Amino acid sequence: MARIVGMNGDTAVAYAVKQADVDVIAAYPITPQTIIVEKLSEYVNNGELNAAYVPVESEHSALSACVGASLAGARVFTATASQGLALMYEILYIASSLRTTIVMALGNRAFSAPINIHCSHDDAYAVRDAGWIELFAENVQEAYDLTFQAFRIAEDKNVLFPTIVNLDGFILTHSLEGVNVFEDEEIPKFLPPKEPVNPIDPEKPVSYGPLDLFDYYIEHKKQQAEALKASYPHILKVFEEFREFSGRSYKPLKTLSMEDAEVAVIILGSAAGTVRDVVRKLREKGEKVGVVSLTLYRPFPQEELVKVLKGVKAVAVMDRSYSYGSPGAQLFMDVAATLINVRDKPLLFNVIYGLGGRDLKPEHVVQVFEHAKKVAKEGEVPEKEVWIGVRE
Amino acid sequence: MKYKTWKDLPIGAVIPEPGSSVEYKTGTWRTFKPVIDQDKCIRCLLCWVSCPEPSIRRHEENRVSVDYDFCKGCGICANICPVKAIEMVSEL
Repeated sequence: MARIVGMNGDTAVAYAVKQADVDVIAAYPITPQTIIVEKLSEYVNNGELNAAYVPVESEHSALSACVGASLAGARVFTATASQGLALMYEILYIASSLRTTIVMALGNRAFSAPINIHCSHDDAYAVRDAGWIELFAENVQEAYDLTFQAFRIAEDKNVLFPTIVNLDGFILTHSLEGVNVFEDEEIPKFLPPKEPVNPIDPEKPVSYGPLDLFDYYIEHKKQQAEALKASYPHILKVFEEFREFSGRSYKPLKTLSMEDAEVAVIILGSAAGTVRDVVRKLREKGEKVGVVSLTLYRPFPQEELVKVLKGVKAVAVMDRSYSYGSPGAQLFMDVAATLINVRDKPLLFNVIYGLGGRDLKPEHVVQVFEHAKKVAKEGEVPEKEVWIGVRE
Repeated sequence: MKYKTWKDLPIGAVIPEPGSSVEYKTGTWRTFKPVIDQDKCIRCLLCWVSCPEPSIRRHEENRVSVDYDFCKGCGICANICPVKAIEMVSEL
């Protein structure tokens, strides 16, 4: 029987991590994920969770400790945000290249300066090239559910990549929602204890992280690149098994009204719900609008995206971040690169919204669709980059 | 040595055989090689102590020789030799 508990996003993630029975947590508190590590340290201190909690002196050390623990065979969790993620940067690539199975919750927060504690996707995008799997939660229930799925994905023998669950800072981390929770004894049906890949064994010593020069480095990188691509069907399998387990369905892309849409929005994170609400209202007026949101951001669901955008005339790709000096912000570049060799592709433009926690209101979304309809009608893109909700 | 393809390598660049670094010959990195003049050498072993590789081999009566399979040609031995018995000779 389903049990519904009122929790904010951080508490829901911490509760899922406890239920996932992790072995090692190494983390450093930073707003807006602090509640996650506070709750976890409480669970460990109270004896509710039998895990080693490593109170490190920085995020660089947090992720370093996680790498060691993961390679030793432990189920490992960390959480961070913004500047903390930036301080982990060196180890992000190492964690992926050594094929660790760390799960991280990232309470998405804007990069300084100026200092801001609210939501941008700067930190999520900063990991996009590092070889991590990235999932985006749209609400607190998804943050809870995706945490379990992240462990299954990361630890899958056909995957073995560290995995991030992104949840929008404050909008999800600190918002109270009713969450359908599992009973502890149900969890092993979906998430059994971790089986170590190359556990540390004095009888069979191995070396991790050796020097690797021009004669082998590129082979190791090619292997890593192919392995992340090959993880895709296994991620889908975990989503499907979670649906069987929980009755809640997860897919790389969530779509609404895309079957006959002429204009569409592509978006990540919590703002997808606002866009969906506007789409429903515009549909009532007979407008052919649709929305695509990504639950899976890395590996990028290219084939599915091409399929759902077939026949669409104009697409607004919405980024809650900016890529200074580049031909577009991060999601825009992903979508543009996905469509580059497709015939009869839609016209694309990039919408910058919500930086530093600025609300995306329904009227902003209406503006975006108005712009998209104009692009579709005129067959050209007068402005490739549109900032929405900014004072001019 | 037959090189492996990306499909043959253990994942995560792990090295499953301990001590396999001896198979990795670093002598090809060298542009200058140390040549020891055994007549000048006073058997003080400063080169043997100082070689970072270590590629100076110690033999009977503290005679020394260079292991060219691993010597990278850094020149520390020639620099430290108190009687200038080691000359760095161009490989080119």
